[in-house]
Amino acid sequence: MLPYLSIGPLLLQTTGLALLLGVWFGSWFAEKEAARIKIKSDLVSNLIFIGLVSGLVGARLTYAATYINAYLANPLSLFEINTHSLSPIGGLIFGTLAAFIYGQRQGLKLRPALDALAPGLAVFMIFLGLAHLLNGDAYGATTRLPWAILLAGDYRHPTQVYEILLATGVMLIAVYYQLGQRGNGINFLWVVFLSAAARVFLEAFRGDSMILLGGFRAAQVIGLLVMAGSLILMRTWAQLPANAPESKI
Amino acid sequence: MRIKSGLSSIFENSRRWFIFTLVILAIGIGWAFASRSTINATHIEMPQSSPKEGFTAPDFTSDLMGGGQVTLTALRGKVVLVNLWASWCPPCRAEMPAIEKAYRAFKPQGFEVLAVNATNQDSETAATTFIKELDLTFPIPLDPNGEVSTQYGLRGLPSSFIIDRKGIIRSVVVGPMSEALLQSKVEELLKEPQ
Repeated sequence: MLPYLSIGPLLLQTTGLALLLGVWFGSWFAEKEAARIKIKSDLVSNLIFIGLVSGLVGARLTYAATYINAYLANPLSLFEINTHSLSPIGGLIFGTLAAFIYGQRQGLKLRPALDALAPGLAVFMIFLGLAHLLNGDAYGATTRLPWAILLAGDYRHPTQVYEILLATGVMLIAVYYQLGQRGNGINFLWVVFLSAAARVFLEAFRGDSMILLGGFRAAQVIGLLVMAGSLILMRTWAQLPANAPESKI
Repeated sequence: MRIKSGLSSIFENSRRWFIFTLVILAIGIGWAFASRSTINATHIEMPQSSPKEGFTAPDFTSDLMGGGQVTLTALRGKVVLVNLWASWCPPCRAEMPAIEKAYRAFKPQGFEVLAVNATNQDSETAATTFIKELDLTFPIPLDPNGEVSTQYGLRGLPSSFIIDRKGIIRSVVVGPMSEALLQSKVEELLKEPQ
């Protein structure tokens, strides 16, 4: 694990660096795919940029709204460079909404736009695994298997390595084994389905799972729901033509 | 290479799609059932101590600046901030007033601060001057041999470990914390039952 890199007096957070690289490579893949679907690649890169910036702003605002008294007393804390005061759900909602509005204004259609993003999303997931590995997050359950890694005082499943391998597999499938016709949205759903399936599989080896009633792992339950939703939507979208007018965002 | 897969035809046929979906979900549910946790808890317990979020905070006993001793586990039941700092470190200086403010505001509700001075890379005299200058009232454990720094895997100053009432590290912040960030984290943990 290497959560920080010391460069002179600077302490560089490697997790952030891995995520930034993920966004950069992901955007590059998305732009390439956009060109294949005949979408202007700068529209897709703007969509990603607007989604990310709005997501970050939304994540901070949602966190601040949750602890309104603390932020009313210290409004400058809103501009703090810190990932600890971000709300992931708020970020997701704001980011998606802003990207959606941008897409709407630019006349981007939903399903081709999602298909353009699909390989980028798959690539980003690899770097997310790398970020987990560097920071020692998303750690595994204890094991005595020969490939166990010593982390947090015990030998554990290298779940971060499993995550990177599975995400690489999903990325290769997404690029070389596309399910649908480009632009009908199926390829995006395919990536979502495969990523959810990978998480359902991987979660069994994690040591930090949130446990629900009956001992079920929350991430597996959510993963199964995402898999079911993707399969239902794949069936629905497979029956629509790629350029159906209702698919405009 | 692009393959028009046989799989894609499944989505164009209701019966095939239904069977495929059923089989995939049955496998998934079976795997989730087989891998469910047998531990009766909301999270899989991690009894080991480690300076990571979700783990028990490493215990230590240290001499306090001005006399006396403190043991971390003796504070179980309280929300504790373990902050590692040195007097020569500008970001440490920057965040201290915020820590003092939070300490004074939340101490009656069960908040404690252990601002461990990294004495092995500081001087006790400089640290004492620093404390007086900023009028800090919370306990200052000393770490002359760097044992606490090693236990907490110190990578940069300041480093803060926010520990809940059960002794579990809930947040690790490397670098200065704003007043709002500290207040929000402490408020949240103080609301949790003992």
